[in-house]
Amino acid sequence: MAAFGFLSPWIVGFVVFTAGPIIYSLYLAFTNYDIINEPELIGTENFQEMMGDPRVRRALWNTFVFAVMKVPLTMATALALAMLLLRVGRAVGFFRTVFYLPVMTPAVAVGILFLLLFNGDFGIVNRALALVGIDGPNWTTDGPWVKPGLALMALWALGGTVIIYLAALNNVPQDLYEAAAIDGASPWKQFRHVTLPMISGALFFTFIIQTIAAFQTFDEAYTAFFGNRATAAFSSDAALFYVIYLFQQAFQFFHMGYASALAWLLFVIIMIVTAIQVRLSNRFVYYEGQTR
Amino acid sequence: MSRTEGAITLPRPPKEPERTAPPPTLTPRRPVIKVLRIIALIGATVIFLYPFVWLVTASLKPRSDVFDNRLWPREWAFENYVTVWDEAPILRWVLNSTTVTLAAAISVTIASALVAFGFAYFRFPFRNLLFGLVLATMMLPAAVTMIPVYLIWDQIGLESTQIPLWAPNLFGSAFYIFLLRQFFLGLPRELFEAARIDGASYFGLFRHIAVPLARPALIVTFVFEVQASWSELMRPLIYLRDPALFTLPRGLKAVLDQFGQGGEMEWEVVLAASVITTIPMIIVFFVGQRYFVQGIATQGRKG
Repeated sequence: MAAFGFLSPWIVGFVVFTAGPIIYSLYLAFTNYDIINEPELIGTENFQEMMGDPRVRRALWNTFVFAVMKVPLTMATALALAMLLLRVGRAVGFFRTVFYLPVMTPAVAVGILFLLLFNGDFGIVNRALALVGIDGPNWTTDGPWVKPGLALMALWALGGTVIIYLAALNNVPQDLYEAAAIDGASPWKQFRHVTLPMISGALFFTFIIQTIAAFQTFDEAYTAFFGNRATAAFSSDAALFYVIYLFQQAFQFFHMGYASALAWLLFVIIMIVTAIQVRLSNRFVYYEGQTR
Repeated sequence: MSRTEGAITLPRPPKEPERTAPPPTLTPRRPVIKVLRIIALIGATVIFLYPFVWLVTASLKPRSDVFDNRLWPREWAFENYVTVWDEAPILRWVLNSTTVTLAAAISVTIASALVAFGFAYFRFPFRNLLFGLVLATMMLPAAVTMIPVYLIWDQIGLESTQIPLWAPNLFGSAFYIFLLRQFFLGLPRELFEAARIDGASYFGLFRHIAVPLARPALIVTFVFEVQASWSELMRPLIYLRDPALFTLPRGLKAVLDQFGQGGEMEWEVVLAASVITTIPMIIVFFVGQRYFVQGIATQGRKG
């Protein structure tokens, strides 16, 4: 069993850092545990408390709204940029670099940039909006504008998605466009009936990955709005994302049982959302060599 | 998921398979469209680069000018970097981040390569099931295992050290195992068979044939993990209490809380620290650029 020797790191890691913790986390979800005292089994009390916790509802709502804004916005913008890059010839390397550099920026720095670039009074975003006569909102302090602002800031880091789409667009067989052009298809029809179906696999992949990531958003929002008493009062509302609330419960209040229950709720939600997306994909995604 | 199994080939450096064939043309080239496209690309370039320019120049301005949005500082304030150097153990944090990042990237590359080779070369019962399990762990939200994993480190008394930040990488990581397995599957099997006949051990096959040939894929793994580990915020927030142990992102967050938002409003100090945190990743990107691009494109083809 030489294979076993090669696999052993993963097997050990899987048992210790994945499978074991999953089971233990499920157990903790039904306990009251503050780290100091032994976990105490309390049945479904954590889940009942969750149902009545306005902060949970708030965090779920914030997270959902953010995902609904961020994911389509990112996908559409990345696709537009990738299509622009299709026809730039050798300069493509330069633009790929430009679009990917922000991805390298540590999230904490992105959170700080958000606070400054989107500052309602001095930020460049509102200065730019003022040029076209728009009186920009207070993105960082006006509750309803915080999530749109964070979603716009997140666009800065869409370079990875651009590269994925560009690779997919480059794989679309040229003769399909030629055939479509001979049949007199307009550019829009070519896009709709050739491009989109042929890259649907990449679109679907990023759709799922982006959604899962958006549900777990933490770094930028935590940096900008949490961890500091002065900002806590405001931030507890508009920027309270689900994983931030979970993090606070677990590592600031040491409600390990309650936080585990929160983690399982997130897990179930992500599984349901992904399952729905997979079902949708069976209808819309075209795989090469597939006949229907 | 298995549609392109084995079909992924990473290029060997230094040649990058840039698409030089005439790119797809949706419409006959019309000058107006071409001009519009160029304008759009220039606009996008400005928008994407502006935050970097703003960050660097603002970090070199005196406090009163930070928000003046001038591209060229009216007055240079290099002393911002001196201030942050004096006020925070920046050098300590740079060293901490470097150690943690290197430990994380080296261990994940070696371990993932071993496991990937195990999955690619050997045939054994339940292989596909086991590999399916590897892929499934990629979907698992980190939040589910975060608390028990913390309790494990707490049990063995390492919960306020840097070890939890990189040690789990000693056991490989699902995405890299997937990536490297795809690469190993693309290597001709005869190479290994011939070496076996010459009496090479299984580890010899891995060490002397698979690893040298997989260099590009190993570098992809390494640079990806360097980026992920360097930028990480949540685990340093959970584990590190002593500022002397902070990584740069954790330290930058502390600097922000002290000097920025709700603090002293000395944004120029926060910005100098941000630049120090960001620049190493920019350098890593320029050095390993083609590997980042290849890694991302491969990731997309998985779907």
